[in-house]
Amino acid sequence: MSSRIQLRDVGQSFLVRGNDDRQLREFVALEGLDLDIAPGEFLTVVGPSGCGKSTVLDLIAGLAVPTSGSLTIDGVPITGPGLDRSVVFQQYTLLPWRTAQANVEFALEAKGGLSKAERKERAQTYLELVGLSEFAGRYPHELSGGMKQRVAIARSLSYQPEVLLMDEPYGALDAQTRERLQEELVSIWQRTGTTVVFITHDIDEAVFLGQRVAVMSSRPGRIKAIVDVDLDRSGAGDRDVRATAEFAAYRHEVWTLLREEHAPARPKEDARVA
Amino acid sequence: MSPSLLEERTEARPNPRQEASVRARGVSRGRRRAVTVARGVGGLVTLAVIWEVLPRVGLVDSYFIPPLSTVLEAWWQLIVSGELWRHLQASLVRSGAGFLLATVLAIPLGAAVAWYRPVREFFQPVLEVFRNTAALALLPVFTLILGIGEASKIAIITFACFFPILLSTIAGVATVDAQLLRSAKVLGLSPVATFRKVVFPAAVPTIFTGIRISGATAILVLIAAELVGANAGLGFLISYSNNNMLIPKMYAAILTTSLLGLGVNYGLVALERRFSRWRS
Repeated sequence: MSSRIQLRDVGQSFLVRGNDDRQLREFVALEGLDLDIAPGEFLTVVGPSGCGKSTVLDLIAGLAVPTSGSLTIDGVPITGPGLDRSVVFQQYTLLPWRTAQANVEFALEAKGGLSKAERKERAQTYLELVGLSEFAGRYPHELSGGMKQRVAIARSLSYQPEVLLMDEPYGALDAQTRERLQEELVSIWQRTGTTVVFITHDIDEAVFLGQRVAVMSSRPGRIKAIVDVDLDRSGAGDRDVRATAEFAAYRHEVWTLLREEHAPARPKEDARVA
Repeated sequence: MSPSLLEERTEARPNPRQEASVRARGVSRGRRRAVTVARGVGGLVTLAVIWEVLPRVGLVDSYFIPPLSTVLEAWWQLIVSGELWRHLQASLVRSGAGFLLATVLAIPLGAAVAWYRPVREFFQPVLEVFRNTAALALLPVFTLILGIGEASKIAIITFACFFPILLSTIAGVATVDAQLLRSAKVLGLSPVATFRKVVFPAAVPTIFTGIRISGATAILVLIAAELVGANAGLGFLISYSNNNMLIPKMYAAILTTSLLGLGVNYGLVALERRFSRWRS
């Protein structure tokens, strides 16, 4: 398998102060993490809370530097953020003083090389892609949580990154909105061919979205197993994919892998973070 | 009669959609507004009547507090003779110059101070000391250094207006949502572009808090400085009329300063609203 993003033996640790004795200790978030992500694939990463899922994403995004190991994209080491990757965060990171349209244009202004008219046109195209053409002139406070996250996705896709990184983007949404956005995301991914890395703590979400589901172990985080998911998601709008037996089987497989992580804390893990 | 604040705030409310539908049917919104305005006008009229009647019936000495009509007559004389305009102009130039100078200096400096944490931590206590020094206490200092002319008056207004704007700019820039900064970083925005497109717009509402405080301060310090020593201006007109026992004229000048303060405040609020329309 040719890979676009490669993580080799990645470790990440921070110094934190213990709760009991205020001593500085090493807090190991990730250790010996290997992961290969193929071009155009949809990979979901699921793991127990606090296992370092978001840390993995920050590393790929270039927002953090690993303590050890290497990260490459198309063979080039990742040294910082770049327009080949974009990130959708859980919190809606729209600029509140810009309309939906202008928020998408914001990303295009950062990319540069487009005239004002081209930016406007491109923004409209991507708002249409996420079904928000009618809301282009609305300010974020006039949009629902789901709509805001759609704008954020449109913004992230507008400058046509090769990799879309998503950090629990639907974590704050209600169940029905979340399902609808999951279906939309699959269809957008199929149409654009963008590589997607999607972090979640929700097993159903991981199985529904991912072609592969990477299951992480609890701290120190590493990839415990990768589950290949072969689901027919076509016509997800009318057909309840989540109710099929295949879906249940994949879900159970991931659930079992995660359940094993509920073992008692290892002695090494006494330096808890508040 | 409307309920008290307690009942008004705790009463079961219709949900937003019901409220919107009530509004769409036009049942109450316009009428409610008219009632609100009418009550406000009622309050002002009551004040005017009290002012007019108390001196006339002799409850207060009409020499020290002349009836409103006498004051308005003196006011009209001031306007017709052009005297009021001369003083108002002098006051406007001083307070406007001081206020603008303070804004132009404080916003860039505040942004620079807030941008670098060590600089901010270095300056913060010094700035707190200055901010808590009453500007008027320094009036003699300014007069000593800059003389009794325009320079010292504009300087002290600048000084008084400077700190609220500076501190609010620092607060606004330093408390920008970290998530917005992260998304700017992901987009590879340069520090200058990040400042221009993310940090500054996000800080504008906070900066305006300081600007509004400064607007009120500018008028306050202006009048005080003119009372102490000037040959024109509303403060001068007040003290001159007082010293020459032109009492109705003095009240006319005081009323003018009230209107000036009101105008400045409303103007700044309108400006603020224009710049932060995006807020819910």
